[in-house]
Amino acid sequence: MAIETSKAGHAPLSVPSRLSPTRVLIWCLVLLAALLPVLTHMTGIISNFYYLQLSLMLVFSIAVLGLNLLTGFNGQISLGHGAFFAIGAYTAGILLDQTSVPYWAAVPAAGLVCFCIGYLFGYPALRLEGHYLALATFALAIAVPQILKYRHLEDFTGGVQGINLIKPEAPFGLPLSPDQWMYLVVLLVAVLMFWLARNLVHSRVGRAMMAIRDHSMAADTMGIDSARIKMTVFGISALYTGIAGALHAIIFEFIAPDSFRLELSISLLVGAVIGGVASLPGAVIGGVFVQVIEKYADALTKAISNSVHLPIELEPWTIYGIALIALVYLMPTGIAGGIGSLWRSMTRLRGTPSG
Amino acid sequence: MEQLLQQVAAGLANGAIYALVALALVMIYSATDHLNFAQGEMAMFSTYITWAFYQTGMGYWPSLVLAMLVSFLGGLVIERVVLRPLHKAPVLSIVVVFIGLLAIFHSMAGAIWTHTIKPFPSPFPNIAFVGSGYIGPHQVGMIVVSLVLLSLLFVFFRFTSLGLAMRAAAQNPVSARLAGVPVDWMLALGWGMAAAIGAVAGAMVAPVVYLEPNMMAGILLYGFAGALVGGIGSPGGAVFGGFIVGVLENLIAYFGNLLDQTTGIYIIGNGEKLPIALIMLITVLILKPSGLFGRVTVKRV
Repeated sequence: MAIETSKAGHAPLSVPSRLSPTRVLIWCLVLLAALLPVLTHMTGIISNFYYLQLSLMLVFSIAVLGLNLLTGFNGQISLGHGAFFAIGAYTAGILLDQTSVPYWAAVPAAGLVCFCIGYLFGYPALRLEGHYLALATFALAIAVPQILKYRHLEDFTGGVQGINLIKPEAPFGLPLSPDQWMYLVVLLVAVLMFWLARNLVHSRVGRAMMAIRDHSMAADTMGIDSARIKMTVFGISALYTGIAGALHAIIFEFIAPDSFRLELSISLLVGAVIGGVASLPGAVIGGVFVQVIEKYADALTKAISNSVHLPIELEPWTIYGIALIALVYLMPTGIAGGIGSLWRSMTRLRGTPSG
Repeated sequence: MEQLLQQVAAGLANGAIYALVALALVMIYSATDHLNFAQGEMAMFSTYITWAFYQTGMGYWPSLVLAMLVSFLGGLVIERVVLRPLHKAPVLSIVVVFIGLLAIFHSMAGAIWTHTIKPFPSPFPNIAFVGSGYIGPHQVGMIVVSLVLLSLLFVFFRFTSLGLAMRAAAQNPVSARLAGVPVDWMLALGWGMAAAIGAVAGAMVAPVVYLEPNMMAGILLYGFAGALVGGIGSPGGAVFGGFIVGVLENLIAYFGNLLDQTTGIYIIGNGEKLPIALIMLITVLILKPSGLFGRVTVKRV
């Protein structure tokens, strides 16, 4: 009935052993993904367009992961993560447009800027709980485009026109198209970010994060410095989403204030909830969902409208809304949580202990 | 000086709308402790319903009354069907459901009535009166309507047994239930009333901002700011807060423009209305979360 962020079902605290099947499976998948350009190079099955789509899915996975760390693992609700996505995108965009900073340095720089801003935003957020934090971040999400259009920033941000960027070429004369190369870069960053997030969640700080989420006063009595942890998590979360924004700016080659409206923040929230807010694999599911809906929602809604003979043409947002409400009722731990509990009940049926 | 008065008057008129939105937010907050992020889109949807009735040749006021009825029933149904089963759910679930509702109302309005901007009629006659140099007839009308609505609500909550039952259900559900008040229905009633008030707010502001699916986003933020300034648990405070926020918004923009014209230093102007709302919201949330007229709640461990 509710999105459960308590311990039931996900983020097991026991770290899987070195060669658990899940681990092997994950690394095999990553390896396969990394070899994709080589494997398909001869056949040309996957066009540059689909590499761009794959990269965007990974980018949104990183962004959703940032939101998951904050909302799912630390219990701070943010409806405004599009703002950090925008800050990351603009930091990278301005650096690439106006300075000679290379793209591989612009991305971490954007992450760093977002960490600082997120950490500072975390300070007032300390005094806000639940609905009120949601409200403050909701307001932030609505105000972002106007902030980006602010007159004194126009010299840097290009105002309403935005900034045009150029995708970097593959280095060392590698026989890869820019789309394929950026796909590999994004994949590398995504793997790194997920690995770091996994270690963070299983660490002492990660346990403190979840303790604060589950009962902040009890966490305080246990001697956890919840103010410091909450601010740091806000910073880290902003860093993740900011890096995603920077990568998005580079592979999409264009940024403008109106790309960062409330819609973006909502789609990140949808991604987090669909995948499962307190789940790392859930972030990947969420990221894929966000990009698929973004790209194919129009066709999908048209197909639905036609097949059931609706008098009106549905819009993508209707799917978002219905998906959100349905998930809260049917699969409160998201798709990842749903699969997890299915898996556990299956292993229990076979009589083998899970884990 | 004349310009300043004009700005204050225009601020009061905007404030009337913010006050109505704030009032709708308070209705739901005091009944269920939820901040309704979908309130703006619900009001926008109601305004389209008013417009649809108006297109059939009915007058403005009959259309508005019918739309209020439809919205009231709609709000009631949403509470009973969508939110009632979640009344013990964690905050995140509730927030997610509100965002879902926001998305659905926003897209459905676009799907049914298209995204093109529509003009909306004003019900107030365009006549000259004392002080019409400072304020237009529609603006006066907005203020009067919101004040009338507030007085009606005051009378309802203060002098009718249904109003008393609603207050009891909001303040102490357990005792109210023991005293025979159907608490669940009282909360649903609060939702219905919020939706109906939203319909009035939308119909009042639509002649100014025109009718389109995005019309309420900024207004909702100022409504939230107004509700928080006044104290989100107090209807009178919310209306007062709405007016304050409306005047402040216009004065900030006015002095920003004045500074720009006299010294050439641009700090803030009409392009920054949403960031101003953001700053107002966060300032109030941090400095005085209970607002001017709200009660401080104490959490029991």
